[in-house]
Amino acid sequence: MRDVAIIGVKNTNFGELWDQSLRDIVVEAGIGAIEDAGASGKEIDALYVGNMSGGRFVDQEHIGALIADYSGLSKNLHIPATRVEAACASGGLALRQAIMSVASGYSDIVVAAGAEKMTDVGSEEASSALASAADREWECMAGATFPGLYAMIAKLHMHRYGTTSEQLAEVAVKNHKNGHFNPIAQYKNIITVDDVLNSIMVADPLHIFDCSPITDGASALVLAPAELALKYTDTPIYIRATAQASDTIALHDRIDITTLDSTVIAAKRAYSMAKLRPEDIDLVEVHDCFTIAEICAIEDLGFAEKGKGGIVTANEETVIGGRIPVNTSGGLKACGHPVGATGVKQAVEVVTQLRGEAGKRQVEGAEYGMTHNVGGSGATAVVHIFSRER
Amino acid sequence: MSSVPRFWRNLASRYNLEGTHCKECGNYFYPPRNFCVNCRRSGQIEHYKFKGTGEIVTYTIIRTAAEGFERQAPYTLAIIKLDEGSIMTAQIVGDPEKMYIGMRVRSVFRKLGEGGERGMIYYGTKFVPAET
Repeated sequence: MRDVAIIGVKNTNFGELWDQSLRDIVVEAGIGAIEDAGASGKEIDALYVGNMSGGRFVDQEHIGALIADYSGLSKNLHIPATRVEAACASGGLALRQAIMSVASGYSDIVVAAGAEKMTDVGSEEASSALASAADREWECMAGATFPGLYAMIAKLHMHRYGTTSEQLAEVAVKNHKNGHFNPIAQYKNIITVDDVLNSIMVADPLHIFDCSPITDGASALVLAPAELALKYTDTPIYIRATAQASDTIALHDRIDITTLDSTVIAAKRAYSMAKLRPEDIDLVEVHDCFTIAEICAIEDLGFAEKGKGGIVTANEETVIGGRIPVNTSGGLKACGHPVGATGVKQAVEVVTQLRGEAGKRQVEGAEYGMTHNVGGSGATAVVHIFSRER
Repeated sequence: MSSVPRFWRNLASRYNLEGTHCKECGNYFYPPRNFCVNCRRSGQIEHYKFKGTGEIVTYTIIRTAAEGFERQAPYTLAIIKLDEGSIMTAQIVGDPEKMYIGMRVRSVFRKLGEGGERGMIYYGTKFVPAET
């Protein structure tokens, strides 16, 4: 297996992009990443696109071909393009496919992109599409919603470990504070714990401000074998581990409702592959689709003891400048959550940090970064570890 | 909510809480599984009608309803551990403020939801507090 580096990155703005289509935003991200890498379209060997539900959100399937076409990679170059789907983990999985393609020697220059255009449908239709990441027949037909599933995780976490609504709110407050310094973030406004607690209840104990928003956005990365990376950039960022794990599709079938075993196992595999431990990681982008999800994530990834995620957050250990900065991009909560793009956006953020180009949200001296991308309520988890030095 | 055949083919399970049981490892499955997750190909699956009693593992009060459930909001959604050991997702009928983790519940036959004005009305299993 060859070492793999990231040589180019780009995010579009995240938000309600009424005047841009799915193809517009992916092309913007893809071209931006290629430009950032100083590469040309002709050098690309393959394209992977993470997209959860083009069919439901824009009534369009065959996303790989569409993106290749509008990126100018089809008609003359005929570059293979593959759409990757694992619900909200589609982006992380697209990156993983791209890494394996380069590591195996099958391809050299590969683009890993992710995109979702969610606001072409109303919020009810969007919520229904998102609910298809759960078990449609045995969760949704009983009346489950996505916030409802995470609310049940939160309820049990609170019951068992004493986690409070205020601690959940602290996750949102911190992520908005980070999003404030991220130019692409959907929400740059500062919020308070009271704002969260006074916002409307969606599914007890989760308020609307405990939930990530509906977002349009695209992100892209350009990958190369490590031995070619310096030909393109002075600041390649190296992939130290790619890991993925599965768990039951329905939340009720998990061994422990408050633990995402897929995250625990993917993290274990990633740490082992990278020969690193949680204390070696300088920053992490976790999948905070709901505030409780960040609390579970930092526990399951080994940054907090089980049950202590809320306390660790309230103690400001996860802020920029803290023991382990979490979601410097603003996370899904503030930066936004275009589902297929999220896993790729997380990698763009970590690369930006490791390059030292994150501006006012820079984590000083960051050497190792991690991303954690989850599909559904935890049926898929993808974990990546990146480093500044090879 | 769902297509008619998709709902219809599971009517026995939805109406009567019929699941499956693996004779090899002794595990019970609701929702039903026709392939044992523990024994895989060496499993021996048979039908099993659950007693319908169990307890709340965790729950939430859904205020922003799922599509087709709007008229029921707010409603209590729970993960319930049946006494046979199988764990499922279902609604609890009753005062949401009186629910608690560990509460004993029993199954009842109820309307689940409706597919719009001209759509099908869906019936199935919900739970009520067992003490009352």
